[in-house]
Amino acid sequence: MAVLDILVYPDPRLKQVSEPVTRFDEELHRFLEDLEETRLAGPAAVGIAAPQVGRFQRIVIVDVSKMRKPVPNHGHLILINPEIIEWEGFAVGREGCLSVPDYTGNVIRAERIRLQAQDPQGELHTWDMEGFEARAVQHEIDHLDGLLFLDRLVSRRNDLFRRKVYRK
Amino acid sequence: MNWYMVTLVGRDRPGIVARVTRALYEGGATLGEASMMRLGGNFAIMMMVGFEGDRRDLERLLETEAESLGLHLHIDRIEGRLHEHLVPDVRIRVFGADRPGIVAQVTGALAEAGLNITDLQSDVAGTEASPVYVMTIEGQAREGIAPLESALEVVRGQGIDTDIEPVETLVG
Repeated sequence: MAVLDILVYPDPRLKQVSEPVTRFDEELHRFLEDLEETRLAGPAAVGIAAPQVGRFQRIVIVDVSKMRKPVPNHGHLILINPEIIEWEGFAVGREGCLSVPDYTGNVIRAERIRLQAQDPQGELHTWDMEGFEARAVQHEIDHLDGLLFLDRLVSRRNDLFRRKVYRK
Repeated sequence: MNWYMVTLVGRDRPGIVARVTRALYEGGATLGEASMMRLGGNFAIMMMVGFEGDRRDLERLLETEAESLGLHLHIDRIEGRLHEHLVPDVRIRVFGADRPGIVAQVTGALAEAGLNITDLQSDVAGTEASPVYVMTIEGQAREGIAPLESALEVVRGQGIDTDIEPVETLVG
């Protein structure tokens, strides 16, 4: 196991579109261990994508199960060739990124998604997720398409404001 | 390199930012963090400027452009550093019929409840006859959200609408 180097913006490789995974072999599993170790070595990242460590394949890890304030979640997820097949609603939330140190900003994401992805053995699964977990998955899948949260920043001054419950 | 806080204020017109920042660039200065906005028909610039020379040199660099743009120029030497962002963990919105003292009252209550404001934006909307005050605040709740909610509960009883939500920053 090893902690891998994180590519940091403006490294042009972060703009690269990643390729689908076709071989679910030992080598992939070893890489997944390194990727997870790298995620945990950083500052409290809830997700990481393979291109962030210079491997341009459609692989992400997301785990929002250990938040200070618990949020709905599906535990520790290794998502291979993930695809969002349905979106619903939108919300503004604050994001940062291992590849963009010392900056956070507000980004609009879908509030609920239906996600399809393969597991490390190549089996296909479907999840319905919402809120913070859905946001994390969208952030990571963006990396696979060469996008950073910087590409989706919304204006600070005219922020939309999410309101869950209307009250006076 | 020395850091300066440069403030420029004057009647708004197109091209202010371009001309001011070009003068800085051509004079060998660098820009740090900045906030610039139109406020009540004026344009206000606050920016960190990194510069090798002293305050007087920087003033000379900007005064011609400032004068021709009709901007009031003010420069302070600061102990500034980049890469020291505070990440806010709470966002508050306040709005209501405008009346004297709203900001003082709300921010006073919030400060007492442990809020450190990192960003505040406010606007007067509505009409001249019935102005509406709208304010959004981001900050760090040093004693948690609960005391802030109680503080807002007090002002909420006085015709001011408020809303508070935690900001959980996602890092991925």
